[in-house]
Amino acid sequence: MLYSLILRVAARILVPLLLLFSLFMLLRGHNLPGGGFVGGLVAASAFVLHVLTAGVHASRRVLRVEAHTLLGVGLACAYGTGLLALVMGEPLLTSLWVDVHLPLLGHLHLGSTLLFDIGVMLVVVGTVLLMVFSVEDRLPGLAEE
Amino acid sequence: MLLAVLSIFVGAALAPLAVRFLGEAAKWVLGLLPLGVFVFFARQGPRIAHGDPIRHTHEWLPSLEVPLSFYLDGLSLLFALLVTGIGTLIVVYGGGYLAHHEQLGRFYVQLLSFMGAMLGLVVADNVFLFFIFFELTSLTSYLLIGFYHTEEESRRAARKALVVTGGGGLALLGGLVVLGSVTGTWEFSQMLSMGGMVQDHPYYLAIFVLVCAGGFTKSAQFPFHFWLPAAMAGPTPVSAYLHSATMVKAGVFLLARLHPVLGGTAVWTGTLGLVGGFTMLMSAWLALRYTDLKQILAYTTVMVLGLLTMLLGIGTETAIKAMVTFTVVHALYKGGLFMMAGSIDHETGTRDLLELGGLRGAMPWTMAGGVATGLSMAGLPPFFGFIGKEVTYEAALHSPAWGPLILGAGVLSNAALVGSGLLVGLKPFIGEMKGAFTREPHEAPLSMWVGPLLLGGVGLAFGLYPAFIDHSLLGAAQAGILQESHELHLALWHGFTPALMASLGTFALGFTLYAFWEGLRESVFMQGLGVLFGKGPGRVFERGLYGVARISDAVTRTVQNGRFRWYLFATFSGIFVLVGGGLLASGTVPGLSFAGNVEYYEVALAGLIVLAALVAVRTHDRFVAILALSVGGYGVALLYLLFGAPDLAMTQFAVETLTLILLVIVIVHLPGIQGDEPLGIRLRDGLVAAGCGALLTAIMSVIIKIPLDRRVSDYLASNSYTEAQGHNIVNVILVDFRGLDTMGEITVLTVAALGVYVLMRMPSQKKPELTQTEAGGEASETATETS
Repeated sequence: MLYSLILRVAARILVPLLLLFSLFMLLRGHNLPGGGFVGGLVAASAFVLHVLTAGVHASRRVLRVEAHTLLGVGLACAYGTGLLALVMGEPLLTSLWVDVHLPLLGHLHLGSTLLFDIGVMLVVVGTVLLMVFSVEDRLPGLAEE
Repeated sequence: MLLAVLSIFVGAALAPLAVRFLGEAAKWVLGLLPLGVFVFFARQGPRIAHGDPIRHTHEWLPSLEVPLSFYLDGLSLLFALLVTGIGTLIVVYGGGYLAHHEQLGRFYVQLLSFMGAMLGLVVADNVFLFFIFFELTSLTSYLLIGFYHTEEESRRAARKALVVTGGGGLALLGGLVVLGSVTGTWEFSQMLSMGGMVQDHPYYLAIFVLVCAGGFTKSAQFPFHFWLPAAMAGPTPVSAYLHSATMVKAGVFLLARLHPVLGGTAVWTGTLGLVGGFTMLMSAWLALRYTDLKQILAYTTVMVLGLLTMLLGIGTETAIKAMVTFTVVHALYKGGLFMMAGSIDHETGTRDLLELGGLRGAMPWTMAGGVATGLSMAGLPPFFGFIGKEVTYEAALHSPAWGPLILGAGVLSNAALVGSGLLVGLKPFIGEMKGAFTREPHEAPLSMWVGPLLLGGVGLAFGLYPAFIDHSLLGAAQAGILQESHELHLALWHGFTPALMASLGTFALGFTLYAFWEGLRESVFMQGLGVLFGKGPGRVFERGLYGVARISDAVTRTVQNGRFRWYLFATFSGIFVLVGGGLLASGTVPGLSFAGNVEYYEVALAGLIVLAALVAVRTHDRFVAILALSVGGYGVALLYLLFGAPDLAMTQFAVETLTLILLVIVIVHLPGIQGDEPLGIRLRDGLVAAGCGALLTAIMSVIIKIPLDRRVSDYLASNSYTEAQGHNIVNVILVDFRGLDTMGEITVLTVAALGVYVLMRMPSQKKPELTQTEAGGEASETATETS
């Protein structure tokens, strides 16, 4: 129905690039334009592109986990960040920061907000994919199998 | 005291484990918990009796000024002892009654939670803490009444109780808040000395009405009495505990607790006296209409609650003495009688008086408990009930006003109570077996007859030797209500006083009622009483509830008719009318003037957006419409970028792309736009759209004239790195400053996604096409209407 060689070939390159870009967005978000929400949207676009070119079933296989698992894990990350502060004796959702030295990456300044952002990202990806998958399940036809 | 209350809740949490691992023995082990708390409170007795109340405070919510503060004076102590003492027996009894019920663990969770809430209620000092426990008793009692949740009657009764007591609770909250702001303190113990100030305050009447609404609904005063007899649908241990000894007395407790603050005025005396007196008289006679043991007991409970309310209204020293005495009298006999009724039901399969009789041989221990408590209820000497009745009459005789009337009402009510007491406590055991039992009658297990027997024995002991409790416990409770100490002495024999004469008259009338009960029950008078006050109020309530459901149904159907176009029309015309009207009302008439330079590419972009919108409206192909809309969306995103909001623009681009794809996935399954709407509707929609657009433009032109308040953005800009260690303010707001909002938003997002998931998974009966969906929506609506 929507068979396009150009799209297929382009997707092969675009999907990994978009995913990488979404990670980039996520990581730089705290200091420069970006963040978990946009990162999630970009990652979701990558998967939707995959759905359009490879089909729902192939996408599901690539994703490996169910879309609603992403939702659950994402929420758990976000809530966990909030509760972590509570456990450390701070008010809910206070961001906590640590400085670590890793052999390859050097000096890192890590905050619990990153975990929170990852949670946001996972929820956004999960939401979009759950919608796309379930609509495609119910009304197959757009993406080719 | 915090530990005492908490331990009960901890017990509630552990109860299912206890039931699973200890089996039959669980009831005895769990019973130790309230027993321990009982002992703890009993040991405070001597100190309280000296007029030395205890106050404990633990920090809880300092930012809201809600501490966990507890206050134990004579009144609290009396109720705490009743709650834990009778609670112990009920825990043991409940284990026997529901021995083979598979949800015994759940029952214990609910029962102990209720007990903890009730205990917290009577010892709470802080107003809000009190209210939380007050509501918790409503909630747990809802669960307990509806314990047999597979039966419709139970669910209905539970709902009735929840709506009535919960509604009263709301009024009470209002009353307490007003009271707190008038007195300037949120602790009962500090309010107690402010009675004069509150009563002179212009808000006194409002406080009084709201507090009474809470107390009257909880304590089942007319016209709210109907929920209590209906609550008998719950398991009998629940009736014995909540609906005789504890929860229904929470309202009376509330009024007694606030008596020093609100009591003594004409409106207090008049309202409580009239409502209580009428409730007492009405329900005492209504009890004789029924043949179900539990129904009789329920109505006599309402009668006693009325009596206690009336005595609080009278408010003299003797009246309060009678009130505290009768509270104990009633808790002792009513708890016991309910348990006995449950045992009879449990072992014979019926609790209908017309089918019961001659059980003396089969159930000797139950009989001993039943007779002892029943005679106490009938107020026969030498039981404690006799003393309770005598002091009540004394209070009536000493009442400053309307003494004869109160005495008359008291005698008539108590005569009916004598009849009911004999009917419930004696009649099932004497006479001939009627032989209609579904089970072979046999003695109940130890756990089920020990409670009534013990309570009967205590009632007898207190009757024979009232000095056990009269000064220490009852005197302290009286002092707690009146805020002044009096000598309180009770005695079985007062000499030939007018009260004794009244008692003798009561017995004569009561025995006559008992003897002619079967005829009386069917008389026109009793039938009328039953219809008017027994079933009537409950029916009115059910009708009202049904009516509310019907109205909301009709409103929902009108507003939510399932047509997307209608929703859009309603939303946008609502925006237009409300916002435009607000703008006009505020008197800011915007002038359309724009300052600043407009670049040519900005004009081009705006033109593109307008063009896209026009195409979307005019086209007949859905695909084209979607694409045109997307062009508009990308145009807006570009505008964001031009005006320096890269985060916003990026998000808008991504959202726009995904929306486009999602819409395309759905749209390919929809038919094209068929034909035009009628011209009138198109004109209407066009007007609304144009109006909204004009309105927004006007608002924008007003907004840009107002100098921007930069305080918030300046604060965020200067603190985003120092406090949240990030340079991107937008993201710092999202994940740190307003992190809780984000948390809420992603939760909503999840719920929305799951909603789509479920909708798409629902079995379809019709083809997923728009025109048919609309028609199908109407068809299913008519289907629900007919069903």
